[in-house]
Amino acid sequence: MTENMSGSTTGASGQPVAPDKKSIQDVVIRFAGNSQDGIQSIGGFLARLAGRTEKDVMTYMTIPATISGGASIFQVRLGTGDVLSAGDEVDILVAFYQHSFKDNIQSLRKGGILLFDSDNVNPDVNDAKFRSVGVPITSRTVEAIGGTAKDKGKNMFVLGLVARTFDLDVPKLEAMLQSYFKGKGDDAIRNVMNAFHGGYSYDIGKLMETFKFVPPADRAGRKKVVTDGNQAIAYGALAAAIRFGAAYPITPWTSVMEILRAELPKYGGMFVQAEDEIAAVSMACGASYAGHTALTGTSGPGLSLKSEAIGWAVMAEIPLVIVDVQRGGPATGLPTNVEQSDLNIARNGSHGDAPRIVIAPGSVEDCFYTTVEAVKLAREYSCPVIVLSDQALATRVEAWEMPDFKTCVKDISPTFEPRGPGFKPYENTPSGIPSHAAPGTPMVDGRYPIVTGLEHDEYGHPASRPANHVMMVAKRRRKLQMLALKLPPPEMYGPPEGEALLLGWGSSRGPIREAVDQARAAGEAVSAIHLRYLLPLQAGIQEIMQSFNHIFVVELNDRGVHGYGQLGGIMRAMYCDPRIRGINKTDGLPFKVREILAQLRQRLPTVPTAGMD
Amino acid sequence: MTTSTAPTIELKPYTKKELVGDMPTWCPGCGDFSILATYFKLLEKRQIPREKITSIAGIGCSSRFPYFVNAYGVHFLHGRAVAFATGVSLSRPDLHVCVFTGDGDAYSIGGNHLTHAARKNIRMTLIVMDNQVYGLTKKQTSPTSPIGFKSKTDTTGAIDHPINPMKQLIAAGATFVARSHSHLPNHVAEVMDQAISHDGFSVVEVLSECTEFFPGAFDAANPRKGGKFELVPKEHDVTDEAAAYKLAMADFPGYFGVFMKVNRATKNALEANLIKETQAKIGIATPQDLLQKSFDRFA
Repeated sequence: MTENMSGSTTGASGQPVAPDKKSIQDVVIRFAGNSQDGIQSIGGFLARLAGRTEKDVMTYMTIPATISGGASIFQVRLGTGDVLSAGDEVDILVAFYQHSFKDNIQSLRKGGILLFDSDNVNPDVNDAKFRSVGVPITSRTVEAIGGTAKDKGKNMFVLGLVARTFDLDVPKLEAMLQSYFKGKGDDAIRNVMNAFHGGYSYDIGKLMETFKFVPPADRAGRKKVVTDGNQAIAYGALAAAIRFGAAYPITPWTSVMEILRAELPKYGGMFVQAEDEIAAVSMACGASYAGHTALTGTSGPGLSLKSEAIGWAVMAEIPLVIVDVQRGGPATGLPTNVEQSDLNIARNGSHGDAPRIVIAPGSVEDCFYTTVEAVKLAREYSCPVIVLSDQALATRVEAWEMPDFKTCVKDISPTFEPRGPGFKPYENTPSGIPSHAAPGTPMVDGRYPIVTGLEHDEYGHPASRPANHVMMVAKRRRKLQMLALKLPPPEMYGPPEGEALLLGWGSSRGPIREAVDQARAAGEAVSAIHLRYLLPLQAGIQEIMQSFNHIFVVELNDRGVHGYGQLGGIMRAMYCDPRIRGINKTDGLPFKVREILAQLRQRLPTVPTAGMD
Repeated sequence: MTTSTAPTIELKPYTKKELVGDMPTWCPGCGDFSILATYFKLLEKRQIPREKITSIAGIGCSSRFPYFVNAYGVHFLHGRAVAFATGVSLSRPDLHVCVFTGDGDAYSIGGNHLTHAARKNIRMTLIVMDNQVYGLTKKQTSPTSPIGFKSKTDTTGAIDHPINPMKQLIAAGATFVARSHSHLPNHVAEVMDQAISHDGFSVVEVLSECTEFFPGAFDAANPRKGGKFELVPKEHDVTDEAAAYKLAMADFPGYFGVFMKVNRATKNALEANLIKETQAKIGIATPQDLLQKSFDRFA
């Protein structure tokens, strides 16, 4: 929490503390239980509540890779300022079982609170690093619900406890619970409300202090919505007027296709589950060719499989949107962990010189707008666009501003105006951009176009003539050079000059920003650039780098055989700057702020502070 | 889909001449010429507007087909033409979608896509020009090559039990399955015509001789070469899968004609119905309305 709980005393649970409410600006709560305890539910409701009460929120969870059973945690960070990461350390650990306590206690910060189910957990109460507060969650839940509900409903009891502890908006919470459980029957609603009220009425204030969030500083503006990154991508696709998609299930992409499968018929469109990854991208190529820009999506393994077809779309200059929700690799890797290791294959995957566009969102909100932009760019430049999300963005929940659907919703229906005479889909124009005719378009001179993966002339007919291939390769590359000229300058966080520059992309944006905040607060001259466009790259990066003494590329991938992560290697190749180094890790978890700072400070024996000579 | 359909333009009738595209690159005597000529004949007869004709192919000699037809055409990836055509067919119910491919493209690398397009009954016509060899790459064994066939990848004779395309197609659930022989163009025209008329996934497996790398492969079925061109018995029930499979089990040269012809809802119709029902349930709504409604739930 940003308010220090000074004066807190260690001791056995049950030791009374002053019952006044402490003002806080943010808190990190981790719920640790088993996968059938409804942990995600608690987090989900808190996240939704945050959005409705003008707080920012970010969540982080782990799920066991098995289908049923296993330990699971859900971490929620609530704040009245900007919440940029899910929190390095936990302020309050809610432990349901002994193993929940044992496995997660190291995440609790010094002076933090362990709130444990005294029916199931026996913590080491002599550990002076944290305070223990025991609540008989299981037995009290059973009592509250009565009957044969056993201990189902513990999660709602805990939600009530948390609501009491943080003085949350109970009427809003109750309304959410009523609405969510409406369809599950009167018994269910009664049990839920009883459990919730059981927790809320438990006099937690006798055991530990309670808190109140300071009101947010002028956050008047649009309403907020609370979604995860995959939802943002799916609805971004709908807003962008995608009406045909095809894909194959693969963690952590699957929820995007499940949403699109259910939603597209409402918009007059369809989403097909294909028999494999290659069929999926082939179907998408077919639909795009036939006039409706199509979307497919996958994770690393599927992107590998799709590479031939991506190359075809580059050669045939057909619009195509491919979403890659990255996970631990290589091969089957870590299906439920985050990594940023598909950058190279996204930029280069496919044989031959096959340039395409690659964009990476940096937040859940960005997932929505990046997807809209990806569709626009795919159509404008008639080429594949890869959207690089990852498991962390896919599953984390954030509050973001309600989009203005009047402005961001598009219409991309094909038109069938007659073309020709002498229609040249691949004319060698200065822009390099082709002009396609969807089938159904009449040709006034009766000559119809062919589209092929073979190298072809301006009419689309196969051509292996040397000069033609030179021209066509240049044309396909040139159109992206045109795009590069139109890209905005890279996003700068902190002053444009200083000692150390952190360069990042994708979901690491938040922790990197927080690292800059903490470093600057300690007097260190650190700034950050965040890249959203990974191909083509934005101009201006080199100029910014010149104003710093040290450059670190922060990314969740390996330093590699030659010592640079994936973006690090790209930066080194582009700018030939030997000062570029990497801050990397491959543990499958999002960056903690302190990890970035530790690697930074370790590599800079003394980080000169701003204003000191 | 309910959103985009190209208007049908009234044109004066065209002849086969207007359908001729690039000069075919096939060897003289290639069986594929006959199929091309038959396709022109059928299109001329039906007068499908040229802008609605979409030929799709994979990789191989026979997959060069789209270049030789002056209509919309696509040359896609080896083995993936059927999947590409699925995207075209599902998103554009107004187009005439025909896939031209060969034995390697359809039964080797493309086998999985064939199976699923067939079981889903995606509306398209697939013409497989089977020459039992890989011609474009100059004589390697094909999944339909007979045992003992001497190729560059089996110099002492092919050893693998070949695929039986007809069994495969029947088992996959294709709703129209027929077999023909390129040396009998009238027969090709007859079954191809039925295939195009069929509303669903229709396949015609056509034996089409590669004069360069496997000459005489199908002489045993050619009456002009002393062979026997046996038609599917008149009494064969084309809705009887087991009977069709039995016909498919016959030794080479086997039977020619329509093996299966059943009506089953196409995926095209099922998806269109899903859209209709869904939209009826939610009523008239713009995309903006729909998105706002979804996002109000997230607020």
